[in-house]
Amino acid sequence: MIEFHLDARSGVSPYLQLVQQVRHALRLGMLREGDQLPTVKEVVAHLAINANTVLKAYRELEHEGLVAARPGVGTFVTSTLAGASLAAHGPLRLELRRWLAKARRTGLDDDDIEALFMTTFRSTAQEDIA
Amino acid sequence: MIWLTWRQLRGSAAMMAALLVLLAVVLAVTGPDLASRYAAGIAACTQDDTCGRFYDRFFSGHEFSFMALSLVVLVLPALVGLFWGAPLITRELEAGTHLLVWNQSVTRRRWLAVKLALPGLVAVAAAGLCGLAVTWWSGPLDKSASENLALMAPLVFGARHRPDGVRRLRLRPRRDQGMVVRHTLPAMALTLAVFAAVQLAMPLLVRPHLMPAVTSTFELGQANMEGIGINQDRGGVVEIHLRSAVPGHGGAWVLSGSLVDPAGRTLGDGAEVTVPISTTSGPCAPSGSPVMDACAAEINRLGYRQKATYQPLERFWPFQWIETGIYAFLTLGLTWLSFWWIRRRLS
Amino acid sequence: MTSVLQAHELGRRYGKRWALRECTIDIPAGHVVGLVGPNGAGKTTLLKLASGQLEPTAGGITVLGGRPAGGPEQLAKIGFVAQDTPVYAGLTVSDHLRLGARLNPRWDAAMARERIARLGLPLTHRAGRLSGGQRAQLALTLGLAKRPELLILDEPVASLDPLARREFLQHLMEATVEHEFSVVLSSHLVSDLERTCDFLIVLADSRVQVAGEVDKLLATHHRLTGPRRDPDRLPADQHVVSARHTDRQSTFVIRTDGPIHDPAWTVTQLSLEDLVLAHMDQRTAENRRAALEVRR
Repeated sequence: MIEFHLDARSGVSPYLQLVQQVRHALRLGMLREGDQLPTVKEVVAHLAINANTVLKAYRELEHEGLVAARPGVGTFVTSTLAGASLAAHGPLRLELRRWLAKARRTGLDDDDIEALFMTTFRSTAQEDIA
Repeated sequence: MIWLTWRQLRGSAAMMAALLVLLAVVLAVTGPDLASRYAAGIAACTQDDTCGRFYDRFFSGHEFSFMALSLVVLVLPALVGLFWGAPLITRELEAGTHLLVWNQSVTRRRWLAVKLALPGLVAVAAAGLCGLAVTWWSGPLDKSASENLALMAPLVFGARHRPDGVRRLRLRPRRDQGMVVRHTLPAMALTLAVFAAVQLAMPLLVRPHLMPAVTSTFELGQANMEGIGINQDRGGVVEIHLRSAVPGHGGAWVLSGSLVDPAGRTLGDGAEVTVPISTTSGPCAPSGSPVMDACAAEINRLGYRQKATYQPLERFWPFQWIETGIYAFLTLGLTWLSFWWIRRRLS
Repeated sequence: MTSVLQAHELGRRYGKRWALRECTIDIPAGHVVGLVGPNGAGKTTLLKLASGQLEPTAGGITVLGGRPAGGPEQLAKIGFVAQDTPVYAGLTVSDHLRLGARLNPRWDAAMARERIARLGLPLTHRAGRLSGGQRAQLALTLGLAKRPELLILDEPVASLDPLARREFLQHLMEATVEHEFSVVLSSHLVSDLERTCDFLIVLADSRVQVAGEVDKLLATHHRLTGPRRDPDRLPADQHVVSARHTDRQSTFVIRTDGPIHDPAWTVTQLSLEDLVLAHMDQRTAENRRAALEVRR
């Protein structure tokens, strides 16, 4: 079971934040197949948000085939995003750590690193689309 | 709705009940004693025909408590209006709780109806009981009261219970003001002002005209004459002190009285009236011993009369009914107004 | 879908001042509706008209198919939690529950008791001794246990501290899931409504500026930034909500159902708060223009 939280300053709409948090949890293996998501009532009571927001997020996840609703019981995880790639996380993280250390040594601070990473990330993502 | 209204009223109703019980106890303890002393006094005085003097003594002996009780009965409605009536609705408006209660499944009309009726009934019952108790207690005193404090006199009139107790309807208008004046303190002040105004206006301006007053002339006698005397300072003229009472109509409420000469001209009213009659000779000459009676007889013989305008005692109950009607009418009008007000103006 | 509230050319005047005018809205059932606007914009007036505490000066209003406060049945269908959540200071918490039970035919006593127990409100406490947050919760309990089809709340959290505010909204939203009913709540702060509402009405200057489902509003409003341009030269289907200009640059908030093709614009999404502010801003801008014309 995971617990949702909302970041009011992120600019991302609440429903999308819920979707992203489920995906994130699936990727990191915090949610596995067969796990139950919090009920709509629980999420609403916890976050003081509109029930339709939660329903919309769960519908979206259902549409993506990640979860399935069992009427009267709840919403359950039906597939996982981690899969085989979870094994690759370890080496990649190690590599990233090394890269970060190298960047610091050349005198970049945290903001510089983040800006560099984001622009590179975005431009490669755009190249992929194109 | 009845439950809620009662719940809100409970505290002050209990307080009121306690006060009433206290009053009742005091009256119950002193009442029989008063009655027995009265009975004993009457028994004694009828033998030597001095009942007039006994009345005076008996009454003046208890005058203070009599007046105080009459005042209690008169002021009770004012207090009830002040502490129940005025805040009844203003307190809700001030605290905003009318918005709470109006949004339960009860119409505003019903809310107002119960809010007016229940405390109204309780107040009427309380005031009626209080009036009854005081009437019972002061029975002997009413009988021996001097003319100024007879039943028809303004203070006592208001303090005797009406036939049906409904006269306490006069309480009701006060809580209707609460709807117009939205704050408790001003509403209480206004209640007091209106109460005072009504208590003054009714006896002074309205009551004398409820029925056309009777005007007639009377022979002078013990009943309507305080005394007769010869004023030597003014050259020995005969002066008559008139009472505000008329012979043969005990307990009448005399609105005005004057002395008229045989031709019907007014010689003067109130305190000292000079009668142009010889004091050098005749019955009014200051010589013989039973001078006063003889002099009075001579004055009567010459045609001098008391001319009085009065409301006879027999009109006590008709007056009470008429006034009840007036108050009831006022109450209905004000109640209608408050229902209109609550529908149209308030929020 | 059925409507919970329909108003047509609704108006209410106090003396010479219109507190609300030309209000035409249709709120479908099953929503949590946010009514937002600056203080004095007419929010309370609209809510009081809906609950029947005020009679309209102009136009008409229908709530759940009936005339507001038309009778006990109509009153039973609508719950109302007034501004500052008034309760009887002299009555205890349990007195309030009894009051609710006696005055409401559809009273849910079990729910009321359960809620009070969960909130930890002592039954024998006088309501006057409760904290602001507890008082608000008590008033909410009265409104909920009445089991209305529509619950109206007038600035319910305005006077609460952040923690009590959050708790109040948590309880309210949870109840909307448990028992199906529509909610209309007002606030002068968009942040109170942003998460809770899926339908929004913006009131400013006694008039409805915009009303609609939040998702739809967000999808149809855009901020355009680009070289300075006259608003008249925008496509006809792009309705300008607000416009700001510097000597080189123009920033528009527009409302449109169609896509934006012009490559000169940088198009950004609006947050709900920006959207609301743009609509309030429009109002004042129009007023300013009107004032200028008069001066000319």
